[in-house]
Amino acid sequence: MRSSITAGQSWIDDVHRAAHAVRRRVLDHTIKNNGGYLSQACSSAETLATLYLRVMRLGPSVSPRIPPPFPGVPKPGRETYTGAGYNGAHAPELDRLYFSAVHYALPLYATLIETGRMDEQGLEQFNRDGSTVEMIGAEHSPGLELTGGSLGQTLSQAGGVALARRLRGDSGRQWVYMSDGEFQSGQTWEAVQALTYHKIDNLTAYVDVNGQQCDGKMTDVMNIEPLQSRLEAFGARVVPADGHDPEQLAAPAELTPDGRPLFVLAYTNPCQGMPLLEQRRPKLHYVRFKSDAERAEYQAMLREMSAPTSGG
Amino acid sequence: METVTRVHARNLVAWAEDKPTVLVLSADLTGSTEIDLFRDTYPERFFSMGMAEQNMLSFAGGLAREGLYPFVHTFAVFIYRRAYDQIADSIAYPRLPVRLFGFLPGVTTPGGATHQAIEDIAVMRSLPNLTVVEVGDATDVETLLDPVQAVDGPVYVRMLRGEIPRLFPADEPLQLGRARRLHGGTDITLLSSGICTEEALRAASALADRGVSIEHLHVSTLKPFDDDSVAEAVAKPRYGVITMENHTVLGGLGTATAELMATLGVGKPLVRIGIQDEFLHGASRPYLMREYGLDAISLVRAVEALVKQDLAIGETDLLAVRLEEVHSAAKAEAL
Repeated sequence: MRSSITAGQSWIDDVHRAAHAVRRRVLDHTIKNNGGYLSQACSSAETLATLYLRVMRLGPSVSPRIPPPFPGVPKPGRETYTGAGYNGAHAPELDRLYFSAVHYALPLYATLIETGRMDEQGLEQFNRDGSTVEMIGAEHSPGLELTGGSLGQTLSQAGGVALARRLRGDSGRQWVYMSDGEFQSGQTWEAVQALTYHKIDNLTAYVDVNGQQCDGKMTDVMNIEPLQSRLEAFGARVVPADGHDPEQLAAPAELTPDGRPLFVLAYTNPCQGMPLLEQRRPKLHYVRFKSDAERAEYQAMLREMSAPTSGG
Repeated sequence: METVTRVHARNLVAWAEDKPTVLVLSADLTGSTEIDLFRDTYPERFFSMGMAEQNMLSFAGGLAREGLYPFVHTFAVFIYRRAYDQIADSIAYPRLPVRLFGFLPGVTTPGGATHQAIEDIAVMRSLPNLTVVEVGDATDVETLLDPVQAVDGPVYVRMLRGEIPRLFPADEPLQLGRARRLHGGTDITLLSSGICTEEALRAASALADRGVSIEHLHVSTLKPFDDDSVAEAVAKPRYGVITMENHTVLGGLGTATAELMATLGVGKPLVRIGIQDEFLHGASRPYLMREYGLDAISLVRAVEALVKQDLAIGETDLLAVRLEEVHSAAKAEAL
């Protein structure tokens, strides 16, 4: 829930603390499992923490603190199960999170833990058979309620939800978290034109502009910049931000909706908070240690990050 | 034979009057898919999504998650070909009650390979959680909305528009999972779907005159394919079974029937009339039906092959082809 800015800097400190803890937890998990989505945690940690701790109006989690086993895929005669309950109950006045960058599931789960919505034991089920805590999150995974894994579909689906909620008169807003790579996909631009045409302003997308994708640096794969002017040309409202600065990230959410969908371009560093990652550029999408020596270096970094003075 | 025009246009408006959660989504084919009257009558429930089907299909999923019923209308190819990934992930996987109305099946359009849906049933049948329906006459079109809306999950409807014949009594509504029994017989079982039922009826009296006894069912539900009356019908003929569809023989009615017969252990020949694994091209419906062997005389030849007899039936023995005007007031354009 929001607190007044005049109450002091505490929320900013809270965001930094949570973001640091998310990085540490994802690093710890990556070392234990000899692989993980580290750069995604580095770029997203402040944005996710700001969304959960400052921006989104969510109720408390209504899901089990330790995710129950996967009840199975939707089919006739089976109740469809989603992970939405970790973001609180659905209610007309409450917000929703639609998480598009589902290969960021690990940092999302870590954020749920650091914001008290999931038990840390829940992460032990990550990528385990029969679990909902999947590596690429789907609608049954904690904190998710759409199936967006092919990328480029969540913005459209959230647009449908936003339109339906506007027709119903709900005051709650839709927050979409997506990655910059999705702007290479035609459907994303179809969605932007539909959102602007239908004046859907109860939806805001936070975009992790880290300039990285699976094959490497985005400018070496397919350029999307200048993203701000491209989006503005489509009629969207766009606010660029330093993606590691909680105040810059939170400020656009205070803007009064003006009939345009809002895009917050969170420019981020995919190595933020883990300088060792710099050595792996340009391929940062997934980290698997190349040698015991490298693993030891990351273990040393984890010890440093876990020191009481680290990260505030 | 009576023909009726713009059946869906009027029917949808009347049906949706007391259903405020039913929305219509259009992709720049509002007149062409007969939703112009809906747009004019309920503008607050009509959403123009432009020529952007991938977004439209995912958007429909989002609307359905909030308790609304999006009725998506466009040409079939722009649903299942252009937005297949979106149907799979945004609609079918979560089993959302989106109703997909796909127009221009197979030979019904001179629009060419880009507009002719020839493998839509194969594609949609193979997608889990989907129900697949095809209409064959004006009564089917008039009466399908209630059964479709009763389905707890997504439905794909292979739809007809413009000038449509009335083959079945107006007071006998389409029932999901239940074929219409048009004729009883013991020599051959004929399963036809969509516009092929009208075509098959052209040969009915000539075949009867020659003493061939045909059990003829019109099949509208392609998935699930679990109709007991179909199972009974394929098990009983003396000579064999014929399927007749305006669709590729891979994955549609013919394939479903083959699967059923194999499962039941029916050891009789099956002749699959349909598009034999090739694309169509832009030409008139009678021309294409002749060229691709979907016409009544092709049915006669299939019967002859099964009964191993020359029935001495020529084109002149068949009922006349019902010709539709390519440029007709019943359609928004010549497509």
